[in-house]
Amino acid sequence: MLDQTNFNHLPPSPGVGYKPQHFQDIIENSGSVRWLEIHAENYMGDGGRPLAQLRHLAERFPISVHGVGLSIGGETPLDADHLARLKHLVSWLNPASFSEHLAWSTHESHFYNDLLPLPYTDATLARICDHINQVQDTLGRAMLLENPSSYLAFEESTWEEPAFLAEVSKRTGCGLLLDVNNVFVSATNLGFSPQQYIDAFALEKVGEIHLGGHDEDTDDHGAPLLIDSHGREVVDPVWSLLDHTLERSGPKPTLVEWDTDVPEWSILEAEAARAHDALQRVIA
Amino acid sequence: MTVPQNLFTGAMMDAAQPVPEGLIDGNKRPAGRRFNVYRNNVAVSLTEAMHQAFPVITKLLGTQNMDGLAGLFLRAHPPTSPLMMFYGAEFPAFLAQMPQLAHLGYLPDIARLELQMRRAYHAADTAMADAAFLSDLAPEDLMALHARIAPAVTVIKSSWPIYDIWRFNTEDDAPKPASGAQDVLITRPEFDPVVQLLPQGAADWIIALQNGASFGTAFEVALQSTPSFDLTTPLTMLLQGGAFIEFDRKG
Repeated sequence: MLDQTNFNHLPPSPGVGYKPQHFQDIIENSGSVRWLEIHAENYMGDGGRPLAQLRHLAERFPISVHGVGLSIGGETPLDADHLARLKHLVSWLNPASFSEHLAWSTHESHFYNDLLPLPYTDATLARICDHINQVQDTLGRAMLLENPSSYLAFEESTWEEPAFLAEVSKRTGCGLLLDVNNVFVSATNLGFSPQQYIDAFALEKVGEIHLGGHDEDTDDHGAPLLIDSHGREVVDPVWSLLDHTLERSGPKPTLVEWDTDVPEWSILEAEAARAHDALQRVIA
Repeated sequence: MTVPQNLFTGAMMDAAQPVPEGLIDGNKRPAGRRFNVYRNNVAVSLTEAMHQAFPVITKLLGTQNMDGLAGLFLRAHPPTSPLMMFYGAEFPAFLAQMPQLAHLGYLPDIARLELQMRRAYHAADTAMADAAFLSDLAPEDLMALHARIAPAVTVIKSSWPIYDIWRFNTEDDAPKPASGAQDVLITRPEFDPVVQLLPQGAADWIIALQNGASFGTAFEVALQSTPSFDLTTPLTMLLQGGAFIEFDRKG
């Protein structure tokens, strides 16, 4: 277990998920945006423009590396090749933060390119902690673990998600990434109170907050089914939930994610400016 | 009721299978169509990856046909690595064995071209070796030369007019493809891959150089297929494409 009191070196300011089409805009005027997050797997090529852009941006902004392919929750051992690629990226880039998901995406050497759900049991807890220890030992740093968007639950679960994440953090020393939109999506889909979820969350372990947009669908019974699509503006109830969170946690590095139907820079920057306003309200 | 991950992925990749028992909604009722969110996410994200990876194939077939083909492909060949930038390596062979596409025999080679362009885009950065000395070399010294070729450089040999087909589908006002075999060269002078038509025999010459042959040995290989082979044009193309990263004059 790593002894870690600060989970990362990101500023308690707004950041955005970096998209290559915004490169020039960001260099010219990043507005409220103080840091950038990249998806680790997009920067594991050998060279070319993606890495050149990343080197350029890393001289100007703190960078958060957000993994989407490690499959921390997988039943099978972590992919050693992938972990080695991650170590290489983290070694040369020395990012301000590394985070991954409470999810799985690889099974029997097939990668499904989605974040798949986990039952919250003692067996899952033990496996997740083993994998996180392996990642943290390999990288030589603490990571953040993100709460998922849930569309369904497992009958076999015996833990509530906030308690499960707090226990993972306690056992491994990892920090937590609190995705407020994911909380709202899961709460709507599974019928619990998002505020109570936040109140039960180990906010002192939170190193980063995520915000994003979601789509709306319905289930077999006509109940709302929200989909975490990252393809539009953050909705007002999620901004309110961010306020609820920040009032309890104090200012945190706060990221806006927009991954599909990516808008022009000014629209994404306006979302970051709204996060800036929310952070200002809790700075004493 | 536990839900092992192989049961989850099995049902996720085959909509004809029932949703695994033990997956529930917030009121402990069976998850039902909630499970389709995962089925859709996987299919949509991998289909989108195929569109981005193979834009010319998509244009040639039409978006709807490509959607259908991607749906078959992603079930036959789910990604084997989280590096989506390299997804689709099996696609040329997959296209080649589709009886419905047998009348479009050039598709697999176009897919190879798009795959190699993507690999070139992500290939390691290299610095061009100083080549000024080449113009002062005596012919026999030039023929004794060995060279290390940049990893972004690829040659694709085809019995179809793949260069014309590729240009016709990526450039405005490009001429209609004629018939005949065409070989192409991919280089990456800076960040954007460049596709060029190779003269006859040049593909064999470059492939031999990549495999470590001297200029002269590679020249003899090229002469076997093309008795009129002249290395001036392909040598210039490689020089302009930053393809040489090291020369070895001793051999």
